[in-house]
Amino acid sequence: MSHTPLFSAPHAHQATSIRRTMWLVILALLPATVYGLYLFGWPALNLFVVTVASALLAEAFSLRLAGKAVKPFLFDGSALLTGWLLALTLPPWAPWWIGVVGALLAIVIGKQVFGGIGQNLFNPAMVARVALLISFPLEMTTFLTPLPMFSANAPSFVEGLAISFSQGINLDAVSSASLLGHVKTELGQGHLLPDVLTSVYDLKTLLSGNTPGSLGETSALLILVGGLLLLFLRIISWHIPLAMLGTLAMMATFFHWLDPAHYPDAVYHLFSGAAMLGAFFIATDLVTSPVTARGQLLFGAGCGLLVYIIRTWAAYPEGVAFAVLLMNATTPLIDHYLKPRIYGRRRDGSPLQHRNRLSEGGGT
Amino acid sequence: MTSQRLWHFFGGLRLAGHKAMSMKEPVKAAPIPKQLVIPVQQHIGSAAEPIVKPGERVLKGQMLARATEYVSAPIHASTSGKVVAIEERPVPHPSGLPGLCIVLESDGEDRWKELQPHPDYTELDPSALRNVIRDAGIVGLGGAGFPSFIKLNPGPDNSVDTLILNGAECEPYITCDAMLMQEHPRRIIDGLLIMKHALRAKQCIIAIEDNKKVAHTLLVNALHEHEAEFIKIVQIPTIYPTGGEKQLIKVLTGKEIPSHHLPINLGIICHNVATAVAVADAVELGKPLISRIVTFTGELLSKPCNLEVLIGTPFSDLFDFCHYQPKESERILMGGPMMGFIIPDNHIPVIKTTNCILVQDKQKTSRPPAMPCIRCGRCADVCPARLLPQQLYWYAHAKDFDKVQDYHLFDCIECGCCAHVCPSNIPLVQYYRFAKTEIWAQEREKKKADLARRRHEFKLFRLERKKQEDEARKRRKKALLQKAKDTGGTEKDSKKAEIEAALARVKAKREQQSRQRKNVENLTPQQQQTIEAVEERRRRLRNIGTTESTDKDSD
Repeated sequence: MSHTPLFSAPHAHQATSIRRTMWLVILALLPATVYGLYLFGWPALNLFVVTVASALLAEAFSLRLAGKAVKPFLFDGSALLTGWLLALTLPPWAPWWIGVVGALLAIVIGKQVFGGIGQNLFNPAMVARVALLISFPLEMTTFLTPLPMFSANAPSFVEGLAISFSQGINLDAVSSASLLGHVKTELGQGHLLPDVLTSVYDLKTLLSGNTPGSLGETSALLILVGGLLLLFLRIISWHIPLAMLGTLAMMATFFHWLDPAHYPDAVYHLFSGAAMLGAFFIATDLVTSPVTARGQLLFGAGCGLLVYIIRTWAAYPEGVAFAVLLMNATTPLIDHYLKPRIYGRRRDGSPLQHRNRLSEGGGT
Repeated sequence: MTSQRLWHFFGGLRLAGHKAMSMKEPVKAAPIPKQLVIPVQQHIGSAAEPIVKPGERVLKGQMLARATEYVSAPIHASTSGKVVAIEERPVPHPSGLPGLCIVLESDGEDRWKELQPHPDYTELDPSALRNVIRDAGIVGLGGAGFPSFIKLNPGPDNSVDTLILNGAECEPYITCDAMLMQEHPRRIIDGLLIMKHALRAKQCIIAIEDNKKVAHTLLVNALHEHEAEFIKIVQIPTIYPTGGEKQLIKVLTGKEIPSHHLPINLGIICHNVATAVAVADAVELGKPLISRIVTFTGELLSKPCNLEVLIGTPFSDLFDFCHYQPKESERILMGGPMMGFIIPDNHIPVIKTTNCILVQDKQKTSRPPAMPCIRCGRCADVCPARLLPQQLYWYAHAKDFDKVQDYHLFDCIECGCCAHVCPSNIPLVQYYRFAKTEIWAQEREKKKADLARRRHEFKLFRLERKKQEDEARKRRKKALLQKAKDTGGTEKDSKKAEIEAALARVKAKREQQSRQRKNVENLTPQQQQTIEAVEERRRRLRNIGTTESTDKDSD
């Protein structure tokens, strides 16, 4: 800070900091994370640790390269959170290098190239997720039915190491499509929803998360709890989650009402895939979302709309990452056009008109 | 009392009050110090001009410095004694720069000058009232220090609908207004009535934050029954900065002051409760503003309190009186934690706007090192002006002063809410002040440059004109010489011709001037007569002149 000649007011500060903010987000993610690691066992834990550690190393390396103080920035919790979020969106049994490459993409390309914390235009975790998805479609779409840790069929610690770190393990035996992927494939083959959904679609399963999917995305309920915690702690505001989930639900309801055989209902869309995680933890990323309430509503609605469009009519079964990135790109524009009405001014910034008291007949 | 509809202002903070600690005991009078340092600039506007000389003896209440311009306020002797110096001393100002002060050595007698009370203010018309208030040196005691008589003059084009007395006192720790309301509620209403008379206001509101229940009750009790018809005493929610004029008006009336306008444009005037008491003292007792209540507080003090202090009392005298010894680990602020500033020197004096002296633990209240902005938008959530503090910060940081004004930097009231909640600990207000100062400096520079440019252009024009005149003269001379040569005249003839030509030129010029008269339209007969008389005199003088010159010529 180059020009701080005097230490000026205020001389009181709320007990808040970047680190506190980041750790509270991590705290809110903890239930879903622990549950996800439990569901998918040792390989998931390996992937998680590798991803988070790589993110921290990449951050430290980048900071050193940029000539910045490593300690305050490395421990502000932002790199940890980025690595954490990325890990939650990866297929749980993905090989270790997916985590490493993803973390490097997120931290180096997604964040530090832009100038570090606060400077990035796009959500770093989503940059990495999308880059991985496009580069390694096979590894990034291999999901499996949960095999909870210590359950009969679950891999042991050593087997887990083999799955994560050695090549050529055949996962066909356990692999299983996620709900979104399954429905997309079946619909593509001309089947109708009532037949497709009977076996796999069950709200209780979606809430609990005992279903194929990314490491930390499956339990809509636990993510919702974490999201509500963030709302309660005022780390995020309600605008983005509500607008995003609301738009998604409205779109789904409308098309489901038009043609129930081809368009699943709102519950299906809200509680499957990354919708919940995206709405509370990804789209709400402070750095890459708009500042004003109206801007956030627009941003959230855009995310919801794009998620629906991509899921329904595009080639990918899930669209949260793409939707968030696309809307990230519009954030500067939204911030530019949707400014709050300043006290004593109209929306366009011109001063309010005042009435002349005398001409009003109120004069003495 | 009827319940009053209230509105909300956007943003703001619910801050811990820390007020009880300094309200345990009644207001104590601080002793008369040996030496008082009275700055000539204690208000917004131009500094007062000393009218006393070193060595002069003065009485309590005697004017020491007079107001120089419309926006200015006189300064008075807080006690009787001798002026020992008029010099630069450290003064309480955020800039930390010294200012001109009148140093007064008290004689301990505390002898008043002869006072001119006006027990019945209704005998004075508003303009006379304003003069009394102006001569008493009263300025806004809430903190800004704007000369009060100006805010008691609605001007010919405005009428005052609502006169608001601000008893919100929204900053933490400060309790001087709360104590005043508790101890002198009737005095506040007396002052309010005088102000109402001066403004011919229709109705009055006294606004008090709802954390000051005692003050509210006492004020309500002090109100006479017939006064309740036009004076409302209203409790408002305790949200910082509800005591800010713009925010208070919004809360009480639902109206917003248009940007670049004043409350009077909406028929509203706002004064502080302490100012009302000063007005009552000035009018009814004839006493100028020479003392005020100061809150001396902070967790580190053994006995936080409120003191009635003479203006010009050095802080160090108050410290001694309260048995407080400043330590290295402590920081002393004038004002509250949100908008106060660190004092540069413990000997600076209490001035008219010193509402609070706050002692803080440096370690506990220091801002942690600033981190980059993470665009969280908390600042925008709390900004009572509804600005975008984050964008203002970027552009101030980048020194993009056009952009920062596009985001309406000058609507910022510097309440400090944004910096208070910033998770990156960015000293936002500091950046805004920096940008404002830079913009002001640039404007001054631009004005200076414009002036210099105009001067330079005029100089070029002058030089060019002189050159042309010289050339013309040369040409004329040449022509005359030529003429003389042609007619075979002597050099003397040519000179005479030249003189004649010059005379002719002067005459022509005079005639031209007398033809070009100004302001000759729409004259009254009387003016016409005067002009004619002047013209006549002029003509006579001119005739005398010409006769004389012809006389000389004939010599």
